[in-house]
Amino acid sequence: MLTSTINAFTSYLGSPLPPGNAGNQLWALIYVLIIFAGVAVVVLCMNWIERKALAHFQIRLGPMRVGPHGLLQPIADALKLMLKEDIIPDEADKLVFWVAPLIGLVAAFTVYTVIPFGPSQAVSDMNIGILFMLGVSSLGVLGIVTAGWASNSHYPLIGALRSSAQMVSYEVAMGLAVVSAILMTSLNRTGTGTLSMIGIVQAQQQQGIWFLFKFFPLGLIAFVIFAIAMVAETNRSPFDLAEAESELTAGFHTEYSGLRWSLFMLAEYAAMIAVSAIAVTLWLGGWLHPFPNALNGPAWEFIFSLFPGLTFGALALFAVIGTVRMPSHSFFRIQRAGLAVFALLLAFIALLLFVIAILGRNPDASIAARFREGIDYVYWFMLKVAIFMYLFIWYRATWPRYRFDQLMKVGWKVMLPISLGVLILTAIVGVFVS
Amino acid sequence: MPQNYVPAFLFIAVVGILIPVTIAICWIIRTQSPNRVKLMPYECGIDPYDSARGRYTVRFYIIAILFVVFDVETIFLFPWAVKFKALGGFGLIEMLIFLGILIVGYIWIWKKGALEWI
Repeated sequence: MLTSTINAFTSYLGSPLPPGNAGNQLWALIYVLIIFAGVAVVVLCMNWIERKALAHFQIRLGPMRVGPHGLLQPIADALKLMLKEDIIPDEADKLVFWVAPLIGLVAAFTVYTVIPFGPSQAVSDMNIGILFMLGVSSLGVLGIVTAGWASNSHYPLIGALRSSAQMVSYEVAMGLAVVSAILMTSLNRTGTGTLSMIGIVQAQQQQGIWFLFKFFPLGLIAFVIFAIAMVAETNRSPFDLAEAESELTAGFHTEYSGLRWSLFMLAEYAAMIAVSAIAVTLWLGGWLHPFPNALNGPAWEFIFSLFPGLTFGALALFAVIGTVRMPSHSFFRIQRAGLAVFALLLAFIALLLFVIAILGRNPDASIAARFREGIDYVYWFMLKVAIFMYLFIWYRATWPRYRFDQLMKVGWKVMLPISLGVLILTAIVGVFVS
Repeated sequence: MPQNYVPAFLFIAVVGILIPVTIAICWIIRTQSPNRVKLMPYECGIDPYDSARGRYTVRFYIIAILFVVFDVETIFLFPWAVKFKALGGFGLIEMLIFLGILIVGYIWIWKKGALEWI
């Protein structure tokens, strides 16, 4: 038993395939656990970043008390939510009320099966990847509808109906935008495209252009359509009609409290990361670094592999500046020490990344080189996703909320015709080019 | 089932096990003292006067039906998009006819007022 487990563990090492395709379910499970933990950590970080960024947009300070610059605030919040009383209303449908957040979470997380963090850094590569992704992510609406219905209260019901109507409306435009990107993958010598997430990125690599810039401006318009639809799809501001607190209290999760409420938040952020990952894969070249075909020699590879270290180095520098600038009053002694430790931690990670980049600079099959490659792929993918996550916050800080009839009007009368038009134009241009 | 679909079920299993375990742990450590007022549906302090599961506007129903039509159409486009270049001009014309029929229907529902709110 033990030896067979060890065999299964070691036999995958060095394989160029994702573990799901190599048939190694042990490694698939390891990847799943890493992604689950990683998403949970990213959601905690996002919580802090969002509150901090929103505060600075509004010229406030945001959380400052729990830990240096409020760094421990998300952990304090998580503990509070776990200890909070969990109320299930008397008239609620108990079973459905219980299951609803789970449906939302499962839908949000199962999508991560096919997200390609690198050519082999995915849990699995399905040949219907993008269809799987669209299908499973739209199951999230079931969690919202069941949550609203099970609460047996007016606000949650209206919120659930609104958000489900909104999600299905924008899904149409989203699907058509995706089709026009899939269409571009087939413009190669064999004439056959692909739906596999890894294949889509490789198609962009072969054609030497991100689909964002292909058939300019058609790719760009499709991307913008998708970028708008994905904000509506995840119920984020300015499309957060479901949670319009001035009219609906909190929308579909009004009756949820404590841990169950935080499950909805977790699902929302997980879905945000997932749709950003779709956009990055389809239009922004996935794990490829900028200009992959022009700047591809070993020297450029080395320069690009320094970026992860530089990023963490910059974060460490920010932490050091924060430590130095903290007031010298004795009240801040513990916070200052904490921030210094945090800066040291970031600097250590940066150092580690630099060491890996230097050890693995020769593109041979050594473990360091493979490790360096893996880190590069994941870094560039996550950097692009991070830009989207920042955009989500920026939208929320900048734009007022839509009215519901405006929202449906934009979805059905503007987004749908434009995405249909872009699809038809892309197809016509594609036929004439080839 | 092909082996590359198995990890999807691993994901469902991981979420489906870890989250209920977390809920169970919280059930042990948290306080719990419900009373009648806490367990009422929340309506900003007003006593609810009827069940929420009454009748509701038909517009959401229409949107759901339209969604099914357009979403199935999108799914129908995927196979064509994958073989787009191989099918060439013939495939394009065929697909334009299909989209043309759909667009006629779209214009009809627009004129009929199915997309209007208020």
